[in-house]
Amino acid sequence: MQALPEGEITMTDTLPESPPTGTSRRRFLGYVLAGPTLVAASQLVAETADPTPAAAGPLPTGPEPSDLYDLGDLQVLAAMPTSNQITVEVHKDDTVSFSLPRAEVGQGITTSFAMLIADEMDINIDRVKVDLSKARPELMFNQLTGGSNSTRSLYTPVRRAAATARKRLVDTAAEQWGVAASTLSVVDGVIHSRKGHKASYGSLTEAASASRPLPMMAELKAANKLKIVGKPHNRIDAHDIVTGKKVFAMDLEVPNALPTMVCRPPTIKGKVKRVRNRAAVLKMPGITDVVAISTGVAVRGKTFGQCIDAVRALKVTWEDGPIGRKSDKDIIAELKKNEIPLIVPNASPLAKTLDAEFTFMFASNSPLETGSAIADVRAKSAQIWSCLKAPIVAQQAIANLLKLPLDSVTVNVVQGGGSFGRHLFHDTAIEAAEISMKLKKPVKLMWHRTDDFRQGRVHPMSTARIRATYVPGEVLTFEQRHTSVSTSFGHGFGDLITSYAGTLPGFNFLGLAETVFELTANVSYEYGVTTQLLNEVDMDFITGSMRNIYSPDVCTAQELVTDRLGEAMGMDPYQFRNEFLKDDRSKAVLDMAAKVGKWGKKMPHGTAQGIGFHSEYKGVCAALVEIDCRPQTVKRQVDDAYTGPRVTNVTFVVDVGLPINPRGLEAQMMGGIMDGIATTLTASLHLEDGHFLEGSWDDYYYTRQWNVPPKLKIIVMPPTSNQPGGAGEFGVAAAKAAVACAYTRATGKMPTKFPINHDDPLGFVPLPTTPSIPQSPTNGLSKKF
Amino acid sequence: MPKYTFILNGERVHVDCPADVRVLWVIRDLLNVHGPKYGCGLDVCKACTSHINGEGFNPCSVKISDIKPEDEITTIEGLAATVKGDLHPMQEAWLEMDVAQCGYCQPGQIMAAVAKVKQAKAEGRKIGEKDFDEIRNICRCGTYHRIREAITSGAKKM
Repeated sequence: MQALPEGEITMTDTLPESPPTGTSRRRFLGYVLAGPTLVAASQLVAETADPTPAAAGPLPTGPEPSDLYDLGDLQVLAAMPTSNQITVEVHKDDTVSFSLPRAEVGQGITTSFAMLIADEMDINIDRVKVDLSKARPELMFNQLTGGSNSTRSLYTPVRRAAATARKRLVDTAAEQWGVAASTLSVVDGVIHSRKGHKASYGSLTEAASASRPLPMMAELKAANKLKIVGKPHNRIDAHDIVTGKKVFAMDLEVPNALPTMVCRPPTIKGKVKRVRNRAAVLKMPGITDVVAISTGVAVRGKTFGQCIDAVRALKVTWEDGPIGRKSDKDIIAELKKNEIPLIVPNASPLAKTLDAEFTFMFASNSPLETGSAIADVRAKSAQIWSCLKAPIVAQQAIANLLKLPLDSVTVNVVQGGGSFGRHLFHDTAIEAAEISMKLKKPVKLMWHRTDDFRQGRVHPMSTARIRATYVPGEVLTFEQRHTSVSTSFGHGFGDLITSYAGTLPGFNFLGLAETVFELTANVSYEYGVTTQLLNEVDMDFITGSMRNIYSPDVCTAQELVTDRLGEAMGMDPYQFRNEFLKDDRSKAVLDMAAKVGKWGKKMPHGTAQGIGFHSEYKGVCAALVEIDCRPQTVKRQVDDAYTGPRVTNVTFVVDVGLPINPRGLEAQMMGGIMDGIATTLTASLHLEDGHFLEGSWDDYYYTRQWNVPPKLKIIVMPPTSNQPGGAGEFGVAAAKAAVACAYTRATGKMPTKFPINHDDPLGFVPLPTTPSIPQSPTNGLSKKF
Repeated sequence: MPKYTFILNGERVHVDCPADVRVLWVIRDLLNVHGPKYGCGLDVCKACTSHINGEGFNPCSVKISDIKPEDEITTIEGLAATVKGDLHPMQEAWLEMDVAQCGYCQPGQIMAAVAKVKQAKAEGRKIGEKDFDEIRNICRCGTYHRIREAITSGAKKM
């Protein structure tokens, strides 16, 4: 339990199971924790899978594992045992605080949890303060941000803690005034009686506190009493952002934590053999330290600019990494060698077979904020500041490295400038700890942009093969085989899955990646006998999944084949999907997209519409895009820009069950759409001679303004459930697939490699690998605008 | 060590550093003004976009020795003070459209937007597709569409 500030209260709620259905589910046993002010906590929650049986039909597809029980259910289950440690705290200044045990990286969860607390407590959202909790090992699997699961796993615990706090405060007022609690009302954190008494939450917090844990029955608000949840809300940190006040790791001022950078090897995972000019570099202006570490050579100095100079001046002899001098083609060949054979199905003799194979190239999940961490390692303790989605795992790894007891290592979680999968790993934090340990000085470590692309984690290359058999009007079999360079999930995710997968009914643990695949991959259509398998090949790359693990690649392959099946049966992409989608909820988003996006409208030659559908995280979504592949568009000239085919219009319809903040949800879909456009049309890493060629945003073609669809409409469907689904990663797959399908229809040629421009002549001159990073230009004033 | 002076967000500042240190590091590391962000140091991502004498520029690509004592540099922190009211109309527009996601690129986006709109106005035209094509700022969260909406809205109030 965290120490409570003097003179304030805290509450919690806990154990016995609430009745399973109906409004009575809203009642639960809460707890007020011992403390000088009110701290309320949440009870253990047991609402997980909501299995929906597959629809009956002529050739029903048996449910796949992820239809019944998905990765998010596993995460919810793993978070449950510690959800009674999720607390809200009421302060004397009338604010309510919540330390969120998740990372905010732009997905908007600080805002959505503030909304939930404000609504449950009848308090203005400005009074709700949400910060990020430092690593709390007692939370076990309940401090992991990933799998678009934060809202799914914390929705009920946070509301229950807030409801317990409200109940305790109201009861306290009732007792003081000698009136029945049921006669009191709360307006913006002030309790009123009919007799004219009034008292603010803050004024009651000491009286409401408990000297020992106090159980109490409380009740969640009925859905129709909620005023904030479900309505569009702006980000709570928007004002700080637009005024430059929002603090990221490199904006923290930790005494004597001087700028630090690392000179990295010319090949992936190369090692330092010898530093040939350490003494000379130490004499460079501003430089205070030069030290070899496990990943390269660290330099520390007065400014990052001087660190860049020093990194460039270092003369280092390197040992090649395990990838050696391999290139893209070697990796493709290795994947092909490891592909699991497709079965020749024993279907009807009249059945036709459709085979397709696609390759998805390496992609970078580098956020705009490069790897950043501050470390202050002392003899008997250490402090770390970094954006970490698995801070407990980082704390364990760093304590291990420093040979310090776990509780001597404080790991502070800082908000991140994006993540896209990167911050599941603590690469930068542990590197900073190693440098600080070796130098015995605090360091402010920042990765150079070029290193972040070349030496940072990559979304693995994969192949997707599909074989479908069909007769007119029916798909009999659908096999999908995904073969991928192995994906690292980090120990946080890994431990969670290995610990809990065994508890799934009828599920055999298959290995980590295969389990994740089984729990995320699905086919949304009635395709008869369906199998989806993953095979991973470990080639010692530094990998991590990029926004949505396997699904965008798996879905894109599936949707391209879906269009071909439709064509074979004489149906257009919309008609075919409408006929074959498994359930009405799926058809509703498809129909909405088709209606709003005006499916089937007349389009000029060289342009086309395309549809993508995706189901995951207890949600469904559909994208309808228009693409322009006419020569005048593809060859459009924008200075120093990669243009290519242009997505000109997007209609995106999303149903996440219960949307908490539709405006935030819309933002997440918008980001997913931009990612989908990028990985289909423009963005990949090229592996050549043991390193990735891309080293700047003008090399790695993530979507830029000149690629943005001029027209874009996102529709959030009204609630279809009483539980929120996932959002952060959800938009990518359908958008990516829709762009690929539209491109195919516009050009008449189905691409088999993504992004489609990967094999075009390079549009940039690769930066050298020695020196490992480029110098900053000096002609900025000539480019004023 | 050479001494340099210029005006940062309305206040005269002095630094002591080698001539070739880029202005971004002078602002961030020596003067502890953290609004302009590092995203590449290559004049590509534009996360550090600020203003010099009212025009947009990228301090990652300018040596401190190229800054004159009378130069006025404005970062996101000083933008509101260039107009009447609590916030610049572009900041207001950003709030109105709830543009930001992670927020890391947003100081640069707003500063670029203001400079771009001023440029278009000086040329006597409305901001449009061509101007958007010239905005090179990366938003890795992909909130580009709201950026366009906010620029269009903010431009009307500038």
